[in-house]
Amino acid sequence: MKLMNKISPWRSLIYAAVSLAALACLLPMLLVVAISLTDESSLAQKGYSFFPEALSLDAYTTLIRGNSTIGSSYLISIIVTLAGTCLAVLITASAGYALANRQVNCRRGASLYFFIPMVFNAGLVPWYMICRELGLTNNIFSLIIPTLLFSPFNLFLTRNFMIGIPDALGESAKMDGANDLFIAFRIYFPLSKPVLATIALFYGIGYWNDWFNSVMLVSDKRLYTLQFFLYNLQSEISAFKYIAQGVPVKAPPQDTFKMAAAVVTIGPIILLYPFLQKYFVKGLVVGGVKE
Amino acid sequence: MKLMRDIWKNPYSYLLLLPAAVYIFIFGYLTLPYIVIAFKNFNVQKGIWGSEWTGFKNFRFFFGSNRAALVTWNTIALNALSIGFGTFLAVVAALLMNELRAGAFLRVSQSVLIFPNFLSWVVVSYIVFSIFSSERGFLNAVLRGMDLEAVSWYSKPQYWRAILTSIKVWKGLGINSVIFLAAIAAIDGGLYEAARIDGASRWRQTTRITLPLLAPTVTILALLSVGRIFYGDFQMMYSIVQDNGLLLPVTDVIDTYVYRALRTTGDPSSAMAVGLYQALVGFALVFGSNWLIRRKYPEGALF
Repeated sequence: MKLMNKISPWRSLIYAAVSLAALACLLPMLLVVAISLTDESSLAQKGYSFFPEALSLDAYTTLIRGNSTIGSSYLISIIVTLAGTCLAVLITASAGYALANRQVNCRRGASLYFFIPMVFNAGLVPWYMICRELGLTNNIFSLIIPTLLFSPFNLFLTRNFMIGIPDALGESAKMDGANDLFIAFRIYFPLSKPVLATIALFYGIGYWNDWFNSVMLVSDKRLYTLQFFLYNLQSEISAFKYIAQGVPVKAPPQDTFKMAAAVVTIGPIILLYPFLQKYFVKGLVVGGVKE
Repeated sequence: MKLMRDIWKNPYSYLLLLPAAVYIFIFGYLTLPYIVIAFKNFNVQKGIWGSEWTGFKNFRFFFGSNRAALVTWNTIALNALSIGFGTFLAVVAALLMNELRAGAFLRVSQSVLIFPNFLSWVVVSYIVFSIFSSERGFLNAVLRGMDLEAVSWYSKPQYWRAILTSIKVWKGLGINSVIFLAAIAAIDGGLYEAARIDGASRWRQTTRITLPLLAPTVTILALLSVGRIFYGDFQMMYSIVQDNGLLLPVTDVIDTYVYRALRTTGDPSSAMAVGLYQALVGFALVFGSNWLIRRKYPEGALF
């Protein structure tokens, strides 16, 4: 009773509104999960629903046992995400250290050098042509290199964090004969763990969710990332194909199968969620509300 | 020379800087010479410099067609709608969450609110399809349940500006409200205490303390997005509506137009012309919005 008294009608209204917003963020994904767990034949009768008429795990067993290429796509996505993220973090952290190092007199000019392409970007066409000239087509590197530093924003986030590390640490190490490589890798990078975790997540999510590189540079089916696999799967069901062509030529994959494929795509995101939330939000707050 | 001496003095720092510098040189600065193909009739065999000049023909073609106005308007309208609604709703959500006590409920609802942000556009397109598909879609099932006529959503362009705006707002709501909530948390608690002593209600505290002090953050973030208003979201468009010709009148944005000119029509020169138009106006907008921020809130300016 005492608790009830404390909660005013206004407050309960606020709780209701926030709950409603939270539901709105979660329910659409739950619809996809529900469809993936529905029996295909009951879908044909009842359509998509949050409450499956008949439950079935068929879609998931087909995913695992069937001869679909989703397994290899999963592997490609994992390789691309891990390699891309490690490489991107390493390059960003290294450059961040150099730009934060007060011994470097030209660091302002160097920052400007990185900043200019951020505000003036010639866009898709030159990017595509350069990728082609560098041979970044139809190989694993074409999925990693072209978006390696997709936004210098991460570089500036890292630099600003490293500027906050007291100079005395580096100076005393220098006195003991350490060079900048040692100071960067042994002192600055370990101390910058929070910001490095944040940019690792920005990069990681970017790589995992990206299919732009695939659509632009890859046609070899063996190199399809999970997102691109999903993208191609989806284009087989889109309504306009039916409108344009009357009847689909080949039997499209079953809806439950497609939805199950979408669900397993977000698996790693769910697994890493607690970690994700902690560092991602922190990074956004630091980046959004500039120092 | 100053640079050479600096490199000599800090060889290892410059070594650390090198990979990123080379990368930005290739993917940033080396893209600039390609701009000339906007003024040429690009031919792969002849290369950038060998292809013949055509002056402003590519631009005349684009601006002479009704496509220029259409894709420009679509890009701006969609962005403006999502900036407007997105900012407003995120502020409301942040204010509401600020009224809740710190605890499990707040933590859980925050985690759920930022969830859509982590989904790829392709997964979002599956969600959109399961809601709007004409035969089996959830929305049509609801409509039928209410004895209303089902709608063939994917062939009715008039609904898509609203649908795409909602999706964009939905995806960004959590993240934006968390940023605003952090800005609210940074407000000096003494102000509220003083207001309470003077007998100010929660509502009055919100309108007189929270909102005015939150305004800089909101304005800065909104202006930063306005600076990006000339850029459409290619990944969003191409996963959700793909190249659905029926919806193009509202879903064709500058980025999708450039993509089609480059890959479908295979005309790099006109793609570059439109790309240059986007880059120039985009650059002016980034500068303009930054100038506005700098005038009002110097600490929030990008440069």
